[in-house]
Amino acid sequence: MIKAILIFNNHGKPRLSKFYEHYSEDTEQQIIRETFHLVSKRDENVCNFLEGGMLIGGSDYRLIYRHYATLYFVFCVDSSESELGILDLIQVFVETLDKCFENVCELDLIFHVDKVHNILAEMVMGGMVLETNMNEIITQVDSQNKMEKSEQSP
Amino acid sequence: MALKIVKGSIDRMFDKNLQDLVRGIRNHKEDEAKYISTCIDEIKQELKQDNIAVKANAVCKLTYLQMLGYDVSWAAFNIVEVMSSSKFTYKRIGYLAASQCFHESTDVIMLTTNQIRKDLSSPNQYDTGVALTGLSCFVTPDLARDLANDIMTLMSHTKPYIRKKAVLIMYKVFLKYPESLRPAFPRLKEKLEDPDPGVQSAAVNVICELARRNPKNYLSLAPLFFKLMTSSTNNWVLIKIIKLFGALTPLEPRLGKKLIEPLTNLIHSTSAMSLLYECVNTVIAGHDVNGSPFLPPFSLALFLFLRFQLCVQKLRILIEDSDQNLKYLGLLAMSKILKTHPKSVQSHKDLILQCLDDKDESIRLRALDLLYGMVSKKNLMEIVKKLMLHVDKAEGTTYRDELLTKIIDICSQSNYQYITNFEWYISILVELTRLEGTRHGHLIASQMLDVAIRVKAIRVFAVAQMATLLDNAHLMTGNVQRKGICEVLYAAAWICGEFSEHLENPMQTLEAMLRPKVATLPGHIQAVYVQNAAKLFATLLKNQEGNTDRTAAQETSQLMIDRLPLFVQSANLEVQERASCILQLVKYIQKLQQKDVEVAEEVIALFAGELNPVAPKAQKKVPVPEGLDLDAWINEPPSESESEDEQPKAIFAKEEPKHSRARHTEVDEKELAKRREARKQEQANNPFYIKASPSSQKVYQEAPGVEHIPVVQIDLSVPLKVPGLPMSDQYVKLEEERRQKERVEKKKKEKKKRKEKRGGRGKKHDSGPESEEDITPAHMVDIVTEEMPENALPSDDDDKDPNDPHKALDIDLDKPLADSEKLPVRSHRAAEALKSPAEDGDAESPASQEPKKKSSKEKREKKKDKDGDRKVSVKNGNPTRETALWMYIYGDKKSSKHKKKKQKREKEEKEKKKKKKHHHHHHHSDGGGEESVQNGTVEEEEPLPVSVCHQSFTEIDIQGNLQDGSQVVVSVIFENKCDNFLKTMEFNVLDSLNSKLQRPEGSGPHDGLSVPFQLPPGVSNEARFVFTMQSIVMPQKLKGTLTFIIKDSSTHEKLDFKLHFTCSSYLITTPCYSDAFAKLLESGDLKCSSVRLEGVNMPFHHLLARICFHHHFSVVERIDSCASMYSRSIQGHHVCLLVKTSGQTVSIDAKCDEPTLLGNVLDEIKQTFSQC
Repeated sequence: MIKAILIFNNHGKPRLSKFYEHYSEDTEQQIIRETFHLVSKRDENVCNFLEGGMLIGGSDYRLIYRHYATLYFVFCVDSSESELGILDLIQVFVETLDKCFENVCELDLIFHVDKVHNILAEMVMGGMVLETNMNEIITQVDSQNKMEKSEQSP
Repeated sequence: MALKIVKGSIDRMFDKNLQDLVRGIRNHKEDEAKYISTCIDEIKQELKQDNIAVKANAVCKLTYLQMLGYDVSWAAFNIVEVMSSSKFTYKRIGYLAASQCFHESTDVIMLTTNQIRKDLSSPNQYDTGVALTGLSCFVTPDLARDLANDIMTLMSHTKPYIRKKAVLIMYKVFLKYPESLRPAFPRLKEKLEDPDPGVQSAAVNVICELARRNPKNYLSLAPLFFKLMTSSTNNWVLIKIIKLFGALTPLEPRLGKKLIEPLTNLIHSTSAMSLLYECVNTVIAGHDVNGSPFLPPFSLALFLFLRFQLCVQKLRILIEDSDQNLKYLGLLAMSKILKTHPKSVQSHKDLILQCLDDKDESIRLRALDLLYGMVSKKNLMEIVKKLMLHVDKAEGTTYRDELLTKIIDICSQSNYQYITNFEWYISILVELTRLEGTRHGHLIASQMLDVAIRVKAIRVFAVAQMATLLDNAHLMTGNVQRKGICEVLYAAAWICGEFSEHLENPMQTLEAMLRPKVATLPGHIQAVYVQNAAKLFATLLKNQEGNTDRTAAQETSQLMIDRLPLFVQSANLEVQERASCILQLVKYIQKLQQKDVEVAEEVIALFAGELNPVAPKAQKKVPVPEGLDLDAWINEPPSESESEDEQPKAIFAKEEPKHSRARHTEVDEKELAKRREARKQEQANNPFYIKASPSSQKVYQEAPGVEHIPVVQIDLSVPLKVPGLPMSDQYVKLEEERRQKERVEKKKKEKKKRKEKRGGRGKKHDSGPESEEDITPAHMVDIVTEEMPENALPSDDDDKDPNDPHKALDIDLDKPLADSEKLPVRSHRAAEALKSPAEDGDAESPASQEPKKKSSKEKREKKKDKDGDRKVSVKNGNPTRETALWMYIYGDKKSSKHKKKKQKREKEEKEKKKKKKHHHHHHHSDGGGEESVQNGTVEEEEPLPVSVCHQSFTEIDIQGNLQDGSQVVVSVIFENKCDNFLKTMEFNVLDSLNSKLQRPEGSGPHDGLSVPFQLPPGVSNEARFVFTMQSIVMPQKLKGTLTFIIKDSSTHEKLDFKLHFTCSSYLITTPCYSDAFAKLLESGDLKCSSVRLEGVNMPFHHLLARICFHHHFSVVERIDSCASMYSRSIQGHHVCLLVKTSGQTVSIDAKCDEPTLLGNVLDEIKQTFSQC
């Protein structure tokens, strides 16, 4: 199970937060800060795994992250997920974003966080991985967007 | 002009979408909070608009603000509004917002059930998808129960997109509503073989997640998974399956060897590192089993062993790999092997110690974890020494704290099994106190206490060390950063006090404990200081009274009297109390001393006895004595009314003035001694007291092991460190020397032995193979085991978390399903229970009486229910199909007794030609008897004179149509339960004066409407019919028939039914703001009526939910146990309710502009609650 998915930039500004368990808004912010603190102090050439922070997780959970340019993509998962599998999933997520936004950059995430959520919803649902095939994800996202457009035009 | 300005500003307000908001926030970096608060005000304005587009835009912005940490729960109701928009665009926004901020205690969630159900059955797959995604984030036990059946239906949806989502969400449903697991499991299993890979993957995902927690229930699926593993090419699925097998193999040893081949193939063939890694992991798990009692044939074992070695070797390659990720995972896998094969990991000690120097903290932590399992008596000191070096080097407190806890864990594991020299351990602990900024002071302290209490031989040494610590306490308290560590002083003070007889210089320690600086320590530590100062004082008196010179003893008393007042003034109650108590005692002693009375013996008796360690779980293990019920009331609880009466009394009749303490002090010493004696007696007989063991008598004798007093080395060169402490390193050296010596001696002995006796080899061999055994502890250490209460209950479930949601999912899935386990389906209430006798025209008929009885029992437990069924069949005298039919229906209703949004009536017929006549009678009678009470209607299907078993299943939902005040839509779900194709279905209702079925133009008033579909066997479909109503103030009943043709027999069949339109079905849930509500009530043109419900035994919010749900009201405002509710009829009547509850009585005051309607609605509400 995935407990949370966080995206924040090099300064710790949240760009997307998706918690699959309920926390109060304050705790969520604390978790983001703590995670940023843990992740940001790590060098570039160390491993992508991190034993979870104080607030989120516990011994069964770990943070798996990737750093792309200005953004950190962090998944908090328990031991039922394959660590390397999740790393691949992050890659798929980023590639999908890249396809959907055409050369995605931080600004796309800043201004279209709702769209990012919609894309993520096609990949992960309620903390479980729904789809790992990028083409399938893009097809579903596109046809939903088409539907949205058709509702706006008439 | 003014209008223009207003319009302009409104336009601008509308224009600000999410992008503008984000841009705005970025442009207001200095006063972000202020800017956002104005934005929130705007959003509040927008939410008040009627335009759904504006609302959706506002909700979208709120979702963004939620991410920034703003609480948006106040808009929950608006989110629900946006969710229920018919446009996908807005619906998606609504569901996204809901998934981000709804949770179990969000009360509007109870309003969403109907909406979600509607979306789930929407013809548009994305509406359904969005609803499923949202629901997966905020599903509650109520939602799970109400929607389980709908979601289960979606698992067989035609679109794979919906199927995979429905399958996945079932896991969440299981967690919230464990009863759904068994009924849903067969279908879930089916989905493992779904043609669509996505659905398959989802099913694997769910089952793996379930099996991880309770693997034994899923063993029977192993063959299926095995097949999947050899056929699937999806790495993601493979990884999941392999992980699942990792959990299953320990339970089924045969699986291990079966897996070897496919896993080896994968290991050799895959290029995906992730898959390779999981394969290796599982091979390891498989191997473990084969080492266990179920030993496979030798050759296989050998083969496995070789395989296993290969895996470990592969892991080593991973660890040596330059890729840090693989290094990390290699270590992680090693820790799994460690549990079962410590030796094969120990051979890689070099590598693991090397990882401790890695620049990556994650890898260092993993390596640390491994070290824990690798220590032995032989290498403990070496490993800890290495760790201590790391402690000194470590940057960042987290890692250092982790090191500290690991050192303590490693040393203290399995009851200090690996420690051969406790002096060394104490000095390690003391060295750890020098760590800056550690949070683990209490951990060190508890270790110190534990060792000092349980290892008697070490006390002399420990006391000396602790005295030095106390002397240097300023080093620990001076720095703010070192706050955590001052916990250690707690242990130091206690040890010095409790074992004060071992102190070399008690006077110095006493002075150290009474320094004014102590007052800056935390309260609980000061309290221990004060208490133990008293113990020290007692020991000192004893020593000093032995001398001829009495002045020393008097000086000590004076010191106490001088210093204690500082603590008497403490703000901490505990400190104050103890200090004043002891101060008085010392003053009294001083008086006695002045009279030359010897007091030492008596003072020391205050602290006589030894404290034995108590096992941490001892209290929990004390068995509850027979006949003791801790939950029972000792006295009957006062009733509410009573307490109200008595309260004022209590105010006036004050308690008697308390006697001052002086009274107690009058009790003389003798009396005290007597009491003490009595208490001791009582304690001796009381198992809950820590008894003084017989050894306590010897406390004041010379303690053993004086020879262990170490030569204290003073290390002045390092000022920051606590001076005067022996370094642990010395012990390492000493220990090595000692071991060396022992070895030499042993060799000598062995030689001797060998000379003496050649045959004595066998004996030697016992201690030979593992050098572990050779290492004798430096001291003869007696580790006192922790005390457990007598006849403690042996229970191993201590570690299980009772709150674990997966515990409820430990369900046997192979047992066949019982009827009672069916998922609750939307069904109409048990009509028979509610029908008034007058309506029951066929009351004489035995068939209709039986069900009536039955339904009144509905709520009772299963067993009773079954008994009831049996009775029915006996009374009928015909325990055949018909009774089976009834049992079925009632069994079903029982499981659907939960509150439900819509009702569904389930009806089925099973019939054989032979019994045709009988049946006819039977069904006619029940046909007359079935009426539903609530907004739905009962549907009757009369027996079919067909030779085949025939079942039909209908569901009716009546909903008012807001667009037209006189229209009501009835949706009927037809399900074909027979084996034949049904076609040309025609639906007809006999119109009444008041209500008419809307028929297409040109058809006559008595023509039936053809149902626009055919029904293949086992399929259900929904049709909608529109009725026109003249007046809605009264409930209505309409009779109707359904005719159809069974394809094979091509005979015309007919089913009669009744539609019951309740007044509640004319109401439409309409939100109302409290100000509008107040105005409405003030307007004065509403008629009043009220009703009282007795014996309603449910939480208030459930009660409200029920009313909302069955009678289409919405809550306007709720204050404690009082709520106002509102609804509107399709013809615009306002209905207002004020619901109050106290105890089991609920009173409802209602207002409406149409008294007849109101009366009927209230009657229906009453009936809803009379059923529960």
